[in-house]
Amino acid sequence: MSSRTDDYQELEALARKGRWLAISTVAGSGAGHVGGPFSAMDIMVALYFRVMKIRPEEPKWPERDRFILSKGHSSIGQYAVMALRGFLPIEELKTFDKGGSRLQGHPDVTRLPGLETSTGSLGQGLSVGLGIALGARMRGQKFQTFVMIGDGELQEGMIWEALHIAPRYKLGNLTAILDWNGLQQFGWVLAINEQHRGDRRDPWTGIDLRGIFEKLGWRCIEINGHDFSQIVPALESVKASGDSDQPTMIIAHTVKGKGVHFTEGKHEWHSKVATKEELKIVAEELGIAEAAV
Amino acid sequence: MKALRDVFGDTLVSLGSTNPNVVVLDADLANSTKADKFAKMYPARFLQMGIAEQNCVGVAVGLASLGFVPWLSSFTVFFTHRAIDPIRMLVAQTHANVKIGAAYAGLMTGLTGKTHQDVQDLAIMRAMPDMMVLAPADAIEGEAIIRWATEYEGPVYLRLARDASPNVFDETYHFAPGKTISLREGSDVLLISTGPQSVRCLKAAEMLQDQGISAGVLHLPSIKPVNKEEIVSASEKVKWVITVEEHSIYAGLGGLVAEVLSELSPRRVIRFGMEDRWGESAPNDYLLDLFQMSPARLSERIIKLIR
Repeated sequence: MSSRTDDYQELEALARKGRWLAISTVAGSGAGHVGGPFSAMDIMVALYFRVMKIRPEEPKWPERDRFILSKGHSSIGQYAVMALRGFLPIEELKTFDKGGSRLQGHPDVTRLPGLETSTGSLGQGLSVGLGIALGARMRGQKFQTFVMIGDGELQEGMIWEALHIAPRYKLGNLTAILDWNGLQQFGWVLAINEQHRGDRRDPWTGIDLRGIFEKLGWRCIEINGHDFSQIVPALESVKASGDSDQPTMIIAHTVKGKGVHFTEGKHEWHSKVATKEELKIVAEELGIAEAAV
Repeated sequence: MKALRDVFGDTLVSLGSTNPNVVVLDADLANSTKADKFAKMYPARFLQMGIAEQNCVGVAVGLASLGFVPWLSSFTVFFTHRAIDPIRMLVAQTHANVKIGAAYAGLMTGLTGKTHQDVQDLAIMRAMPDMMVLAPADAIEGEAIIRWATEYEGPVYLRLARDASPNVFDETYHFAPGKTISLREGSDVLLISTGPQSVRCLKAAEMLQDQGISAGVLHLPSIKPVNKEEIVSASEKVKWVITVEEHSIYAGLGGLVAEVLSELSPRRVIRFGMEDRWGESAPNDYLLDLFQMSPARLSERIIKLIR
């Protein structure tokens, strides 16, 4: 396991590029999400650039590690990282949400090689990951399966069905990553004097999610989802535990809209198009020098 | 004559011995659907998913992505209502190789009542792009369709009645998707049906013959796809076209026939089935009488209609 500081600087630079590609692509297409892709960006960069065994030139390589973005509305974040990693040309991001594009508003496995299933209707990705991990065990295949879920979509009942079943099958090769950014599209108002990293109420305020996951049988790791020195070791620890009898839940504390001062913690940036003036600020804050703003 | 649920269990066992990729995912009803026969023979390939149908569908999609051929075991109503969104997005929209073994289809669900009677499934699944919708009449056709569906690469919805109906096919039967099957030729009336109701229509046609009415029966084991021209040509031979189904008269088999004929050969279509009402908990014979789908009630209704 590598822990060189400069490695993380490289990942941090990639995450800044990924955020820029996401928000500028959304601005170009006139619609799309920003807050979720930004909160998930660092983890996806770590997965695609450091943790997962993948071959961009051979997306269906049978031994590849699997990643499912269950919170499919953050698709532009995944597309940006996949483009940086070589699964698709960066130029192709311009086709996002356009007719005939491989880059649909929500990830479509029938269009874009490198995806493992389609997501978008919330709460469904963990079940597919569970099936892949179960099948891998039955086949004796050694790859890992990662599924990112959102704390908003955690309100969907189907996720809890999967959370209950996965430990029964002792799937140490399955890792769920909770992108706990504490905001959803609209949600609930903050109570008077309630302190929160976002401008609306955290859907899981006062609820011991870790305790619940652990009681259901998950091995839990809690990290700051924007600190690569915590993200990378947590994700890599799964490789060692892949043969174990417990699925892993990485509880990643994140900030919705992370990376740009005016998008951070603002529920309105769940889905919003940046203006040209805002893009200039974004480019400056992300250190994107040559940006065509 | 063999109960279709036993056909389901026995055929899965047989397939399990020849195809190592066949797995069965059960939402805790295996001893009702008879998937427990597979569980007994191949415990490692029988995956109990608990009373959680949505997750069950998603897990099957994951397994299918690795080359497994997952058969799902639960009641019709829990697939087409409880788990319809994962069936829509994960199975149909991705063309996943998942086989939905929808047991206890139609009205006769073993004294369970309207909560467990699915009288909308054909309407729902017909409207699902990429989904095959199949409904066998008897044990022989049931086995043939289960074998065919296992070989076919893509989503299949298998509408499987719980109980037995007399065999109308013999060992020479061959299933072809879309193909309609004339069980009986007639010159006055054409009864179009699906599943075991086709067998009851055949009996009704025999009764009608005694009354001097010549009734044909066209069986549709394949609701989707379906050969439209065969429906048209069979309908053009008779004055009366009547659809009969253990289903709402809206958007199911009757809807299908009405759509096809209105576009290709406009004419009157009479739809027999459930007229915008729920079923109830009762023995099969009672329900068939109540909804006028027993051979005797059917023939009476047809005589009243055309005379």
